[in-house]
Amino acid sequence: MEAEVQHSLSAENLAVGYDQREIIHDLSVRIPTGKITVIVGANACGKSTLLKTLARLLKPSRGTVLLDGKSIQSIPTRAVATKLGLLPQSPTAPEGITVADLVGRGRYPRQGWIRQWTKGDDEAIADAMQSTDVLEIADRPIDELSGGQRQRVWIAMALAQETDILLLDEPTTFLDLTHQFEVLDLLVDLNKRDERTIVLVLHDLNQACRFGDHLIAMKDGAIVAEGNPRQVITEQVVQDVFGLAVKVIPDPVAGTPMVVPVGRHTTRDDQIPTPDNPAAKALAASAAANGICRPADR
Amino acid sequence: MASLTAEHSPAQVIAHARAVRQARNVVVVVVLAVLVFVVFCVSLSLGDFKIPVIDVVKTLFGGGDKATEFIVNRLRLPRALTGILVGVALGMSGAIFQSVARNPLASPDIIGVTYGASAFAVFAIVTLGLTGTAVSALAIAGALLTAFTMYLLAWRRGVSSYRLILVGIGIGAIATSVTSYLLTKARVEIAQQALIWLTGSLNGRDWSHVRSLAITLVVLAPVIVMLVHRLRILQLGDETAYGLGMRVEGSRLGLIVIAVLLAAVATAAAGPVGFVAFVAPPIARWLTRSPGPAMLASALMGALVVALSDLVAQHALGETQLPVGVVTGVIGAPYLMFLLARTNRIGSGG
Repeated sequence: MEAEVQHSLSAENLAVGYDQREIIHDLSVRIPTGKITVIVGANACGKSTLLKTLARLLKPSRGTVLLDGKSIQSIPTRAVATKLGLLPQSPTAPEGITVADLVGRGRYPRQGWIRQWTKGDDEAIADAMQSTDVLEIADRPIDELSGGQRQRVWIAMALAQETDILLLDEPTTFLDLTHQFEVLDLLVDLNKRDERTIVLVLHDLNQACRFGDHLIAMKDGAIVAEGNPRQVITEQVVQDVFGLAVKVIPDPVAGTPMVVPVGRHTTRDDQIPTPDNPAAKALAASAAANGICRPADR
Repeated sequence: MASLTAEHSPAQVIAHARAVRQARNVVVVVVLAVLVFVVFCVSLSLGDFKIPVIDVVKTLFGGGDKATEFIVNRLRLPRALTGILVGVALGMSGAIFQSVARNPLASPDIIGVTYGASAFAVFAIVTLGLTGTAVSALAIAGALLTAFTMYLLAWRRGVSSYRLILVGIGIGAIATSVTSYLLTKARVEIAQQALIWLTGSLNGRDWSHVRSLAITLVVLAPVIVMLVHRLRILQLGDETAYGLGMRVEGSRLGLIVIAVLLAAVATAAAGPVGFVAFVAPPIARWLTRSPGPAMLASALMGALVVALSDLVAQHALGETQLPVGVVTGVIGAPYLMFLLARTNRIGSGG
C-alpha cells in the first residue's frame, strides 16, 4: 500500500471555542508528514480541542485547517474521510456488535449510498484486522473483549478507512500499562510500515517522548514548544506547561527524555536506602553519566 | 472460526463472517413473515361467520366463491390490513427512534410524539366535533408539531439523545394533561368516543385507512433504505460518525422526521396503539442478534404484535370486543417495568 500522494495537514491562525468561551486563540501548526506527532499539555489546555479541529469536528471561528493545502471545511466531509481517519476518546459500540462488523463500518466513506460490499472492502477489512492482530477474534462480540483488544479493534476500524493520516484522542486513557504499550507499539508499527502520518493526544510525557517523533506542548490554547522530544521536554518547558518542578533524565531503556516529578514529598521515612535495587542503580548511573540530575543539589 | 483462519484467506474469513450475520437475519425475517401471514389468515377466518383458513387463502388469491369473497375481501380485509400496516409503521418508527437515541426507552409512545397526536385528536373530537379523516389529519399535525417542539427544545449545538428523551417525556406529560383537561370538559358521550380513540382501536377501519398507510409506507420506503445505512454509522457515536464523513445532524434530523411520520400515520389510522413501537424492535434485535436497527425484522415484529393482539382483542373474550390497544398495553407494560428495573440496577439509565 505505497501511497503515491503524501497528504499534508496544517492549521493557520486558528481560533476555536465552545459557545462564548474561546479555547484556542491564534494557533498555527504544521503536522510533519509520515511522522508520529504527540500533543501534550495539562488538562483543559486545548490539546483535544486542537485535535478535534484538525479532524474538522469543530469549526474554527477564525483561521483554517488545511488538508493538502485546501481548507478542510470546503472539502466534502466524505472525501476528507478517505484521507483522514479519527479515533475519538470514547466511541460507543452498539450492544452485541461483532469485531468484523464494527471494523467493516470503517468502510462507510468508501461505499455508495446503498451499501454494496466488494472484494476490495473485504480485503481492506482483513488487512486492517491483520495489522492490528484482531483477525482471530473476528466473530467475537466487542463487549467480551479486554480493554486493549477493544482499542485495537477501534484502531482497525479507523484503518479500514485506508487513510494516510490518523488522528487519535487519548487512545491509552482507559487502559492498563501493558495495554497502553501494546497500543502505542502498534501505532509505531503502522507508522513505520505505511509511512502513515499519526497525530495523538497523550497524557504521559514519558510515553510521548518514547513514541513521538514530533512533540507539541500546549498551554492555555497556545503552542509553547514544538520539535523533537529532546528539544521540547526540558525542565523549563515542563515547569512552564504543567507548573510542576521536575528532573529530566535519559530513559534507561530508550535514551529518550524521562520526566521525574519532584513534588513536595521527596523523602520517605519508611524507605530503606536500597543500593541493591537494580532499577534505581541504573537510573542513578545514567543520570550521573549525563550530568543532568545532581542528587547533591537536593 | 480458528479453523477457517488456517484454511482461507483473511478476506474470505471476513466475507464468511458477514454471510453468517446476514443468514440469521434472513431466516428470522422469513419466519416472521410466515407467522404474520398465518395470523393474518386466521384473523380473516374468524368472526360471526367462520370461514375455513384454506378458503381464506383461496379467496385472497382470487379463487373463492361470492359469499366468502364478500366477507373476506370487503368486511374483514381492510381491518386486518390496517392492523398489519400500523404494526409495520410502529415497528420501524420504534427501531429508528431507539437506534438514533441509543436507548431502548426512546420510542414514540414513551417520548411525547403519540401523546401530542392524541391531544390534537381529542381536541378535534371533543372541541371541534370532528370525525374520521379530519381527526386523523389533526393527529398527524399534532405528532409533527410535538416532534418539532421537542427537537427545538433539545437543541444545543446539536441534539444529544439523553436530552431528546427527557424533553420528550416532559412534552408527553404536558400533552397528557391537555388531553385530560379536554376530556373533563367534554360531554359524556363524546368523551366516551374520544376514550375509545385514545386506547387505539381497529374497529370499523376501511380501505381509506389502508390506502393512507400504504401510500406513506411506499413513499418513505426508499428514503428509509437510504438512511438506515447511516443509522448504523450514527450508532458509533457522533464523533466517530463525523470522522467517517457523515453529516451527523442532517442525518439524525432526517431519521427523526421519518420516524415521526411513521408513528403519526399509524396513530392517525388506529389511535395510539400503545407499546408496539416500544417492544417490537428489541424483540427483533434479540431474534436477529443484530447490533443494528434490524428494520425489516422490527417491521414484521410490529405487524405480528398488532395482528396477534387484535386477534385476542376480538375473539378471546367471546362477545366482548376490546380495543387492540388494551391488549398491546398488557404485553408492553411489563416489559417497560423490566427495562426500568434493569437499567436502574445497572445504573446507566439505558
